[in-house]
Amino acid sequence: MLRAMIALILTLSFLSTANAQGGDTPDRSATGGAQTLGDIMTRQRGEDVDNSFRSGATGDASRAAVISNQLGTLGGNSDPELWRALRFGSADITASNTGPAATVLIQDGGMGWLKFREGPLTTYGGALLMGVIALLAAFFMYRGRIKIDGEKTGRKITRFKAIERFGHWLLSGSFILLGLTGLISLFGRKFLIPTFGHEAFSFLAVGSKWVHNNVSWAFMVALVMIFVMWVAENIPHRTDINWLRKGGGIFSKGHPPAKKFNAGQKIIFWSVIVLGVSISVSGLSLLFPFEINMFAATFAKINATGIGDLLGFGELREALAPHEEMQYAQLWHAVVSFVLMAIILAHIYIGTLGMEGAYDAMGSGDVEEQWAREHHSLWVEEVLGETTNVSEPLKAPAVKAAKAPVTKTAKGTSAKAAKAPVAKTAKGTSAKAAKAPATKTAKSTSAKAAKAPVAKTVKATAAKPKKAPPKK
Amino acid sequence: MKIMFIAFFAIAVIAVGANLILKQAGFSSKNSTSGAAVRLDN
Repeated sequence: MLRAMIALILTLSFLSTANAQGGDTPDRSATGGAQTLGDIMTRQRGEDVDNSFRSGATGDASRAAVISNQLGTLGGNSDPELWRALRFGSADITASNTGPAATVLIQDGGMGWLKFREGPLTTYGGALLMGVIALLAAFFMYRGRIKIDGEKTGRKITRFKAIERFGHWLLSGSFILLGLTGLISLFGRKFLIPTFGHEAFSFLAVGSKWVHNNVSWAFMVALVMIFVMWVAENIPHRTDINWLRKGGGIFSKGHPPAKKFNAGQKIIFWSVIVLGVSISVSGLSLLFPFEINMFAATFAKINATGIGDLLGFGELREALAPHEEMQYAQLWHAVVSFVLMAIILAHIYIGTLGMEGAYDAMGSGDVEEQWAREHHSLWVEEVLGETTNVSEPLKAPAVKAAKAPVTKTAKGTSAKAAKAPVAKTAKGTSAKAAKAPATKTAKSTSAKAAKAPVAKTVKATAAKPKKAPPKK
Repeated sequence: MKIMFIAFFAIAVIAVGANLILKQAGFSSKNSTSGAAVRLDN
């Protein structure tokens, strides 16, 4: 009995193996080797069909019929064979235009690109942006505007120089234009044509393309500028761990100490650099079609690592039609841009509506000292520490800080402030400050700073109110 | 704010400049993809 059972199991397993093998190579003898109903049904189920039985069946010129024969005029090939050669890119084409794409007349990979572009890309990309906007709105309703906790001092510290703000606005202005025109290009057919009609959208689409193609250079220039100007200050620091652990103080009281850029800003910076470079490279590939092909080479490298097999998606295609390179570049360009747009929406929120005093950093370049102490306490120490440690006249950032009280103090407290513009206690008690010019809060001043001859230097600069920075 | 508007103006200058330079250098689509047998602007 047991022997009979084992024999049955073995027989069944062999049969199933034979069936499986038979499934891999369908019998096409009934159609003379052409595709069968089974092939069509398999494709309609969305499963892959090995097309090698068709891609190779493109005729044989060596067996060409003479001109008087039925197929003679086609050089020995049938119409289906010629179409297959066109379809699979092996036909000998002569075209009057030039470039790698000129002789590709049928590119069926384009359907996959079109479906992805009109499907998941627009759906999930749009949902991501709308979701981020909804989240920010919900956060604003829950948290409100993050105010400056302490009393404002009326003194200003220069946070960003003119060239830094220029680079920032060059980048942000171009990015907003590129984002809007990119969205018009992607969503126009679906949303704008039904609303405004073909004629109006045509004008908009042509304009968007021009702006998108040409403003991209400003974005790339600005990307290089901000990288060069800010990379040193955006290198991760141990204080970032504490800042992140406390969530930047957004959901709690108190402000974790931070240098010129806190961990959140560093995340924004590196996102802009990494994603911005990626967008730029894929954008350049699209700006100069078929000149910069990246994906076939990248897929080959990915295949070499074996990641595809490990994750179960198998080998990536290493031979791509010229158009496919562009299609992958376009999808990559759009996907990465959506991610960066989502990040930048949060950045715009916190830099404008979300936080009191934050916009000044990029507006005038000068921030309220109390704001700086709350959000970038270590940076304030560095800036004022530098000035208080030297006996030479104050350097640029602190000079403004010193000058500021004279013009910024609204209610005639300039004299008081002028006596101790740099010194400041947590609650802005100027009287105390006047008595002890260099004393500061425990967290923000060093002993050196307290001993430094701040008052003397400050008085010298405070005596020139006309040169003070303009009022807000 | 002045710096912001200067930067926005610079964006426009760079965009117009880039377009002119690329056109002059023969990088337009019609120039870069048409063969000798194609007559442009006729």
